[in-house]
Amino acid sequence: MTPAVEFRRVSKTFGSTRAVDDLSLTVARGEFFSLLGPSGCGKTTTLRLLAGFEAPDPGGAILIDGAEVTAMRPYQRNLSMVFQSYALFPHLSVERNVAFGLEQRKLPRPGIVPRVRQALELVRLDPDTFSRRMPSQLSGGQRQRVALARALVLEPAILLLDEPLGATDLKLRKEMQLELKALNRRLGMTFVYVTHDQEEALTMSDRIAVMDHARVAQLGTPAEIYENPRTAFVAGFIGASNFVDGQTGGRADGQWLVRRPDGRTFRLPDQPGLRDDTPVRIAVRPEWMDLFRPDQVPPEENAIPGSVREVIYLGETMHVIVDIAEGESLTVALRNEGQLIKPLPWKAGDRVAVGWLPEDCQVLEDH
Amino acid sequence: MTDRRRRFLAWLGRRPVLQAWTLIAPAGLWLLLFFLVPILLMIGYSVMPRGTYGGVESGFTLEHYARFFDPLYLAILGRTVVVALVCTALCLLLGYPVAWVIARSRRWRNLLMFLVVLPFWTSFLVRTFAMIFLLRDTGLINTMLLSLGLVEAPLTLLYTPFAVLAGMVYSFLPFMVLPIYATLEKLDPALLEAASVLGARPAARFRRVVLPLSMPGVVAGCLLVFIPALGSFLPSDLLGGAKQMLIGNLIQNQFAAARHWPFGSAASTVVMAGVLVGVLLYLRTRDRPAPAMPG
Amino acid sequence: MTGRQPRWLGAIVALVYLFLHLPLLVLVVFSFNASRFSVEWTGFTLEWYRQLLERPDILAGLRVSLVVGVISTAVATALGTLLALALARGRFRGRGALESLLYVPLVTPEIVAGISLLVLFAGLKIALGLTTIVIAHVAFSVSFVTVVVLARLAGMDRSQEEAALVLGADEWTTFFRVTLPQLLPGVVSGALLAFTLSFDDYVITSFVAGSGTSTLPVVVYGMVRRNIDPTINAISTLVLVFTTLLIWLADRAGRERFAR
Repeated sequence: MTPAVEFRRVSKTFGSTRAVDDLSLTVARGEFFSLLGPSGCGKTTTLRLLAGFEAPDPGGAILIDGAEVTAMRPYQRNLSMVFQSYALFPHLSVERNVAFGLEQRKLPRPGIVPRVRQALELVRLDPDTFSRRMPSQLSGGQRQRVALARALVLEPAILLLDEPLGATDLKLRKEMQLELKALNRRLGMTFVYVTHDQEEALTMSDRIAVMDHARVAQLGTPAEIYENPRTAFVAGFIGASNFVDGQTGGRADGQWLVRRPDGRTFRLPDQPGLRDDTPVRIAVRPEWMDLFRPDQVPPEENAIPGSVREVIYLGETMHVIVDIAEGESLTVALRNEGQLIKPLPWKAGDRVAVGWLPEDCQVLEDH
Repeated sequence: MTDRRRRFLAWLGRRPVLQAWTLIAPAGLWLLLFFLVPILLMIGYSVMPRGTYGGVESGFTLEHYARFFDPLYLAILGRTVVVALVCTALCLLLGYPVAWVIARSRRWRNLLMFLVVLPFWTSFLVRTFAMIFLLRDTGLINTMLLSLGLVEAPLTLLYTPFAVLAGMVYSFLPFMVLPIYATLEKLDPALLEAASVLGARPAARFRRVVLPLSMPGVVAGCLLVFIPALGSFLPSDLLGGAKQMLIGNLIQNQFAAARHWPFGSAASTVVMAGVLVGVLLYLRTRDRPAPAMPG
Repeated sequence: MTGRQPRWLGAIVALVYLFLHLPLLVLVVFSFNASRFSVEWTGFTLEWYRQLLERPDILAGLRVSLVVGVISTAVATALGTLLALALARGRFRGRGALESLLYVPLVTPEIVAGISLLVLFAGLKIALGLTTIVIAHVAFSVSFVTVVVLARLAGMDRSQEEAALVLGADEWTTFFRVTLPQLLPGVVSGALLAFTLSFDDYVITSFVAGSGTSTLPVVVYGMVRRNIDPTINAISTLVLVFTTLLIWLADRAGRERFAR
């Protein structure tokens, strides 16, 4: 099956800065695909290239449904978009906004009205209440829904979304995330979604392209990205990670030994590409670590001794920050089982050992 | 038709630079041809010998500029600069409080603003005539003074430096108020509250917070008053009489009565040079980095 | 605001407003005064307005002013709006130079603009008249239109145009259905200002008008120079009322916006 979208070696340069650098990727039909990264990473430019607002540097090609669209104007591409600012036309009522694209396609008027109603209902806005309102008379959340209806009503093959939930409060955002995901499933439309919010991307996406410095740092399903981050950037940007440095020092029982600068060692499962006597950096999620008394570490766990610097109350979890060396600390996330009933046995200054299982180590490539 | 248009637009849309120049060309060419080129031509005229019938002959000469060293013309030049400077200072003194009050008012802001903008756009000629109507010997002021018995003979108000300055301030004041207002309006009231909390009394708040922050507006306003004052013609022409001649009147004379275009062009070039100096000074103060803290 | 304004400040400001508006007010009031020579009030009359209608020079001047005003406003508004669009939207080389060119008319004293155009027309041997007046008026009002429209464009969200493009409108349709309707208040406001500038201009016009064609301000200037009589008050009052109306409309148009 031809992919819905394909980027072939696409670059985009503005003056002397490269916003997108030699990007190649494909988006499958019906997929919820997210471009995730910090501001300035090139995700928005990638979306704008796909929409046709920017032309790629010579040599790159963008394909939609197998057909090259690189030289086409936005209105020739059969896609639609929801903008970060919503970009509702302030001089047109809600229904005229939604009807705009249909009118542009020269649909007969009687055909337009019911489709506008449907689209508004689809985004759960009551057409009788909202049709005649002007954008200035809507709340932020309602504007968001109108912008979505305006894009969906065209039934485009591809829907582009440029941080459409950026300006909404947390509760509404969570609600819209689920709704967008449901729409994507129900309509079978391809969604290309730009966001800087990793949690949002994990919640909604089928696949995520994490972008950093104009390139894709990692592309994969949410689970792959979260559980197998390949670079320190991805490990740090998606969720929180502890980084531990060391030097490989021999292999035993299918496990590598890694020597820390202070001479202590920990174990790492064997994996391709690892060579003896080379520096490695591993990432471990805080929730995959545990705390022990220095003399009570189970034998299957890796352990690094240290002293508790701080215990932070976060509600659902407790974070214990442990200094393990000068300027080096690890964060351990423990479930909060009720500090009033069953308080954590650790306090600042305690000598502890941070433990984790060898299979929870992620070896990072960019080290 | 639509299809051809679409294809053309798609073609043009992929060429943003060409698209931009299509939009620019008409106005750009008009300004170039009918504003910049004429000024350059005028500068050219100013260094060419005078022709027999008021035009110019080919050649190069600086004699028209040399004529400015004649005491008669030096006096005009000096008077013009002094009048323009005094006018700017007066406008600043009168305009700043107005800008401040407008910026701090809420209910009346639009009306107060409109009342300042209005003279800015109403006919310069009509406004100058209004001044004549007030100031002449049989004008309103003298008539009132006479009827109140405050004076026995009408005061000479018209055709004095005072009249010229009054007319100029009257005409140029809005140029001062607008840019100062623009900077004061943006001033966050919390800054004044912060200054208060830090121990500043009203005078100190003004001197140390408001004034420095409104400086860009003050500088822009001074420039906007000084430039037209330098080249002003109507106030001195109608309110000043022959003794109050400014460089604007000199220029007008050379083109109308005296038919000495090269000298008129030279005088105009001098005015333009003054304008240029003003603009450059303005740009320099605008882009200047912050000075180091004293001490 | 912290505290009230001091009294003396209010007093100064009141005096300034008096200074700005009293002369015009007096002028208007005395256009209805029956006495021809003195400024003592001797009764209400519309005589001076009636006399205006019998002055062929004033009527001719008014006609020329209106013709020049309409044509130059139309041209200046079109050109100025296009330029503003390019400046607000386009990325291109030579932008700085263009912006400088835009500001030249705003800082050039009128008298310099007037004589330099006279020099140009003389050099090209173009006969002075209606055409040269229109050329001059367009030249000095284009920049004002551009600045006003540009201010309006600055407040407009660029992604609205992109939204229209994505929804299937080509550039042409996008301009007429999305950009222009929102720009219109700015364009109208710019046009009204351009017309006012044209209608009021004396200095530049006096150089490029030639002897055969006189605009209203040129006629009025002649009247002021010859001798002062109440018909000048009358015509001034009419001009004032007319331009105030235009400015009020321009102000309202410019203020109008679609609340965001």
